[in-house]
Amino acid sequence: MRTLSSFAIVLSAAMLLAACSSTKLDDKNAPVENHAMGTNTGADANAVANNDANADPLNDPQSILSKRSIYFDYDSYSIKEEFRSVVEAHAKYLNAHKDRKIIIQGNTDDRGGTEYNLALGQKRAEAVRKALVLLGVSDEQVEAVSFGKEKPKALGSDETAWTENRRADIAYQ
Amino acid sequence: MISTTRNLTILALATMGLAFSSASHAQLRLDISGVGASQIPVAIAAFPGEEAAPQRITSVVKDDLARSGVFKLIDNDDALSDSAVVNYGQWKNRGADALAIGGVQRLADGRFDVRYRLFDTIKSSQLSALSFGSQPQLIRQTAHKIADDIYQKLTGIPGIFSTRIAYISRSGREYRLEIADADGDGVQVALRSSEPIISPVWSPDGSKLAYVSFEAKKPVIFTQNLITRERKLVANFKGSNSAPAWSPDGTHLAVALTRDGLTQIYMINADGNGVRRVTSSAGIDTEPRFSPDGNTIYFTSDRSGGPQIYKVGINGGEPQRVTFNGSYNISPRISPDGSLLAFISRREGKFQLYTLDLTNGQELRLSDTAKDESPSFAPNGKYIIYATESARRAALAVVSTDGRIKQSLFIQTGDAREPAWGPFIK
Repeated sequence: MRTLSSFAIVLSAAMLLAACSSTKLDDKNAPVENHAMGTNTGADANAVANNDANADPLNDPQSILSKRSIYFDYDSYSIKEEFRSVVEAHAKYLNAHKDRKIIIQGNTDDRGGTEYNLALGQKRAEAVRKALVLLGVSDEQVEAVSFGKEKPKALGSDETAWTENRRADIAYQ
Repeated sequence: MISTTRNLTILALATMGLAFSSASHAQLRLDISGVGASQIPVAIAAFPGEEAAPQRITSVVKDDLARSGVFKLIDNDDALSDSAVVNYGQWKNRGADALAIGGVQRLADGRFDVRYRLFDTIKSSQLSALSFGSQPQLIRQTAHKIADDIYQKLTGIPGIFSTRIAYISRSGREYRLEIADADGDGVQVALRSSEPIISPVWSPDGSKLAYVSFEAKKPVIFTQNLITRERKLVANFKGSNSAPAWSPDGTHLAVALTRDGLTQIYMINADGNGVRRVTSSAGIDTEPRFSPDGNTIYFTSDRSGGPQIYKVGINGGEPQRVTFNGSYNISPRISPDGSLLAFISRREGKFQLYTLDLTNGQELRLSDTAKDESPSFAPNGKYIIYATESARRAALAVVSTDGRIKQSLFIQTGDAREPAWGPFIK
């Protein structure tokens, strides 16, 4: 929670800066006040973000923990060797941060029935959940759910889209 | 000679209609192909006074009858009031085996008095006589009731023109649970969401829908009362909650839950209490549907490898496999009389609608499209609505269970999926 909310502050500060600059260009009556507000907020948020990135590897884009997606082969529900290290890294993090919880969201490509695909997406999410629990993560920290084919990341009905959508995502709460 | 006169109070329907949120203007467009094995020639004379009503009743009746594929409409420019003396021989000579006449009168309270009679020109006898006091906004419903009566009197099978369908439509980022008349007209929105909605099913009395919503960032099951609009979260267990099916008596829902691992079938009370596990497999068991007697649940399972359809008693026991042809058979739906199983089968890469006659094992492919999903029987068992893709757009299609009559329903804005045919409305 801590890190996510500070991340959100950085984001909203950045958006505020962007908003202020456009306001400034459009509105010539109150440029000074807007500019001052934007500068202050931005400086504070940057300071927090720098401290936090050092403290929590979850926010470090260089960390393996920034990888949150596990891809699956066609009609397959087992975790491929290349994603072992990702699952292990998240297990290690969750074991060190017992207060953190994740939802694993399983997805499928768009071929086949709505409900059966929902069950297949669950099979992928469950494979990741089981792997984490085997690595010592508490049941209480993990929930496996499925989006089936209902929330595709890649649109379209071709091999590229299908490959992208055969996926389980780890979402920190 | 049969003669019946009924006055139907459709105030309850009016209340139902008003309880919906703003009616959508996205209407369904209908394309029809194919005809029935033998068509009954029937003449519908114009109803004097019908031009004063919001819709021309005989136009709606004729559209309904033509769409069914069962009738051949005999052209005529006649307008005969319900008290006219019918010259049977004249209509018989024009090729009509049956004739419907009627009249419409505006009443002092704003309602319309709609009267109709149906005659057998061969036997020179009256088959039916009905009168309705109809609110102006329910004129189409009244016309559908007349079409239902003609269908029933001439075929012996209840008509489904006054029933309704629920489906999910999507335009842009908005998902809507919509309800329309069986002809795709009169669209009303029951729910809007920025997250997917799937698997709507009607309660046996037609007063509620159960469906799966992703609004909680995971699939959970709601029921929604269509009259009071009250929504109830009935299944929100850890993991995914999906595939609701009403028991025939409306007291229970069979659902697919993942609270104990992979997707399995459970029963809950319709109010969400009293969860009980029904199936126990190492794989996927989902898409439960009750047999009409409520004693058996048909479902999809991958216990043998690919998905196949099985059945099991509601109190458990050893499931029996039902489908054997093809390696991918899903979405079992049982006809109202329990004799037919509709399902989706993947053969040679195409997902198509099939039926399996449970009395003799005869299989029939009912579609020639490639992305069919979510079949649903009309309450008279004679038609199946299903989702398909037409011109790269999601669309709904209706096919007669003998495969002879096919209709496509396109909604004009966005796409439509997950159809569910509602029950007869008393």
